[in-house]
Amino acid sequence: MTRTVIQALVSHWRRHWLQLATLLIGIALATGLWSAVQAINTEARASYQRASDQLALGLFDELRDPTGPISLDRYVVLRRAGWQVAAVLEGPLRISGRTVQVMGVDMVAYPALPAMTQMEQSDTPPDPADVLTAPGRLQAKPDLAALLYAHPNLPPILESDAVPPDLILTDIGVAEILLDKPGQISRLIVLPDQPRDVPPLSEITPELQRIEASTQLNAERLTDSFHLNLTAFGLLSFAVGLFIVHGTVGLAMAQRRAMIRTMRALGVSMRRLVWTITAELALLALIGGTLGLILGFFLAGALLPDVAATLRGLYGAPVDGQINLQPQWALAGLAMALAGTLLASGQALYRLSRMPLLTGAGLQAWRVSGSSHLTTGLIGIGLIVGGFAIGHTIDSLVAGFAMVGGVLTGSALILPYLLSFALSTFQHRAKGPLAQWIWADMQAQLPGLSLALMALLLALAANIGVGTMVSSFRLTFVGWLDQRLTSELYVTATDNQQGQQIAEWLDPQVDAVLPIRSVELTHETGPLFLYGVVDHQAYRDHWPLIASSEGVWDRVLAGEAILVNEQLARRGNLWPGDEVTLREGDTLTISGVYSDYGNPTGQAIVSMPQLDRIAPGADTRRFGIRLSPAAATEMAQALRDRFGLPRQAVVQQAAMKAQSLTIFDKTFVVTSALNVLTLGVAGFAILTSLLTLWTQRLPQIAPVWALGLTRAQLARLEMLRSVLLAALTAVLALPLGLVLAWALLAVINVQAFGWRLPMFLFPMDWAYLFLLTLLAALVAAALPALRLLRLPPADLLRVFANER
Amino acid sequence: MLLNIDKVQKSYPGGRPVLRDVSLTLDHGQTLALTGESGSGKSTLLNLTAALDSFDGGEITLDGTALSPLDDAGRAAMRRRSVSLVFQQFNLIPSLTVGQNLSFHARLADREDVDWTARLAERLGLSDLLSRYPESLSGGQQQRVAIGRAMAPRPKLLLADEPTGNLDETASTNVLDLMLSLVAETGAALLLVTHSHDIAARLDRHAHLSGGHIT
Repeated sequence: MTRTVIQALVSHWRRHWLQLATLLIGIALATGLWSAVQAINTEARASYQRASDQLALGLFDELRDPTGPISLDRYVVLRRAGWQVAAVLEGPLRISGRTVQVMGVDMVAYPALPAMTQMEQSDTPPDPADVLTAPGRLQAKPDLAALLYAHPNLPPILESDAVPPDLILTDIGVAEILLDKPGQISRLIVLPDQPRDVPPLSEITPELQRIEASTQLNAERLTDSFHLNLTAFGLLSFAVGLFIVHGTVGLAMAQRRAMIRTMRALGVSMRRLVWTITAELALLALIGGTLGLILGFFLAGALLPDVAATLRGLYGAPVDGQINLQPQWALAGLAMALAGTLLASGQALYRLSRMPLLTGAGLQAWRVSGSSHLTTGLIGIGLIVGGFAIGHTIDSLVAGFAMVGGVLTGSALILPYLLSFALSTFQHRAKGPLAQWIWADMQAQLPGLSLALMALLLALAANIGVGTMVSSFRLTFVGWLDQRLTSELYVTATDNQQGQQIAEWLDPQVDAVLPIRSVELTHETGPLFLYGVVDHQAYRDHWPLIASSEGVWDRVLAGEAILVNEQLARRGNLWPGDEVTLREGDTLTISGVYSDYGNPTGQAIVSMPQLDRIAPGADTRRFGIRLSPAAATEMAQALRDRFGLPRQAVVQQAAMKAQSLTIFDKTFVVTSALNVLTLGVAGFAILTSLLTLWTQRLPQIAPVWALGLTRAQLARLEMLRSVLLAALTAVLALPLGLVLAWALLAVINVQAFGWRLPMFLFPMDWAYLFLLTLLAALVAAALPALRLLRLPPADLLRVFANER
Repeated sequence: MLLNIDKVQKSYPGGRPVLRDVSLTLDHGQTLALTGESGSGKSTLLNLTAALDSFDGGEITLDGTALSPLDDAGRAAMRRRSVSLVFQQFNLIPSLTVGQNLSFHARLADREDVDWTARLAERLGLSDLLSRYPESLSGGQQQRVAIGRAMAPRPKLLLADEPTGNLDETASTNVLDLMLSLVAETGAALLLVTHSHDIAARLDRHAHLSGGHIT
């Protein structure tokens, strides 16, 4: 019996192949966009994990000096006392315009480094003597190795896939030379199995701080917010795709009502029917899901290089630019397709299961009843109110996303009400019979189109919201760069001595030489970079303060106060008047907070003498040089020539800004791509809705045609109708998009990245999006309109036929 | 002469002929019943007369205008201005109210007469139903709205395809009475397709269609 039932059900798809294609495309798009985001996230996290594993990051406790590098003699003291510690020296190195990380480890003391072990176990293990003796060896991934080969002055290169991307692994002695940090150690790794009776660290090296393995800041934690943002976008795309599935399954069920009623009358139980249809939907979900996985894989492959560049640039997180197919990703994607399809079909299945045997089989039954509309509207209002309540009462990123989710979903649910109200108002004001009919007909079509319009509303609101956020951020960022990059030239000397020579040489020739010196400290909120500044009007005039107390610069330069960046202020709830402890005995009052976009870590500024007191010996290699902009290019060349500096060691302000903006723009490439794709999916949802509603349209159109309108006129009106509905939805999406933008700027960004941004409005962008929406609606309606235009009169006459 | 159907031929796709050299005339104010078996081509002839479909041969002249040279827009204009239609399935516009449906055709034809429409509503017993939607009306009420819509532009020719086919006997008699009295009042001609010989007997003339010919 089941086989016969299946044959009957499948016959529906044979007759409605376009509907089947729409359903599969809907599932594929939903799964594809979601899976693409998941593939990117999974790949990035796998990269972090690989890097952590290979370099044993976060595996052992560490010792750090809060004031800066650890001196070699401290290391010697610890080793002599019996402590099993391994020295690590790390730092960035710029090679051929690319910044890579150098990690130098004590190869003798730290034999368990997995990257090394793996290499030693390879078919061509390096000779330990080569690695440990001068000139040593540099280990790098093949792509980086290819870059290093171009520099003959570097030690020999060993290619290894065991090394994380954009990292040079070498012996600490080689790293000292490469980084020009002789005798310095960044951190000491406390190896397992320490001997008994070693003297406590507090006695022999009290200045060193022991950091538990579990509290170390790693790439995964740093990038959590970034990945959460991507996941949220993926979910939105998934939801928009499910609108297509919901609409198509709903119509298919409605069209099958007569068939199902007949089968029930012939003795097939409703239970058997429901189970068979559920199995059928599950099968379709798996087919659509598989197509979606293929789409997602290629999409992720296309987007990952930009995401990887962003994560490296913004967080220094090691991410491979290539996507690898992982079974758990495929399984999760199929599970999402299955769950999403069953969720989107749940209502249709439920209504089917409760359909009385003797009920009419008409398509009208598919429409939502008035009371059901009221319930949906009330749920929508509840979600909006609940979302705002959560956002205002709970202070977390998840609560922020819950607020955004509640407001978006709630608004989508009340959209049909708002549209119906607007259409009814227009109908009452319409004068001509055609205008009246168009508005009334749009209102009648609304139940069938509302899901697609909800999807469009969400996609448009996301576009407006995210677009406003990105553009506001960009505008703020550009202004902030103008303020922060006050010097015309930025110079990096090869060492402190050359730095001193450069400063002396420049002093009589330029307006000012502003040293840029910093040390890395540890604060309870995470790493803290402490900078020193000299007294110069440029800081007083341009530094981008977002909160300050009276005499802010006077107090900082007098050594009485400190400035902190917004990230540190928000994380530690530290604002002007509060105190911040840099290390034991060094507590300063905060006199101001400054914006510091693009930097995930805490930062603070004190006077230069204060920096020297807290952390003596900080590098004096970098300078900002104030001089006439017209003389900047000439001076840059003069510096390079006189001191033999490489091109990238002397950077002009304009180049630095351009580079910063390039990084900024790359950061949002993935967001923009998902934005456009979501809008595309919403456009497709309108097309599928119009096509699936086509069967219902003829009885509505045919009488008007019979009363004297041509098919061409009706086709034009079909397109006008689609455009008007899209335009109304777009108008309603604007306030929702602005609410979303506010939530992103004032809630999500603060929670995720630690900065709050001012909101700017971009009416021209909205106008462009509005036109794009109208175009999408026009394109979506073009096919149904073309069908109508070419419809033989015989098909329209069939509506009037008595023997239908 | 208002309507002249001259040797009209029509075949369906596949070549099956439905009408073979059918000829018929109708004067102003005259009523004619067209009967025939199912599939005999009654509705097809009505559709051709209403300029809803094109024919393969012959000519139909309505109020002095030949239909065969007309393009899509010309046929639409003819439907709008010269004929009115009443169908068995009523075919009201579901999204418009009864009042809007009543005046719809007249307004499309630019011939709305508010007083006349109000009188029609009263005569058809629809005055209290004007703000309601078609789906909430009975079959008899819906057909009265359809007749009102058809008569509102004061057409020269009213074409009715089994207008009482979906109604019970009482409603059927009422609807026919109303239609005939309105036709008489306005001076319109009526071409009515029906299976019923009783209805056919109440009209001025009677034509029977069989095998694609008028007998």
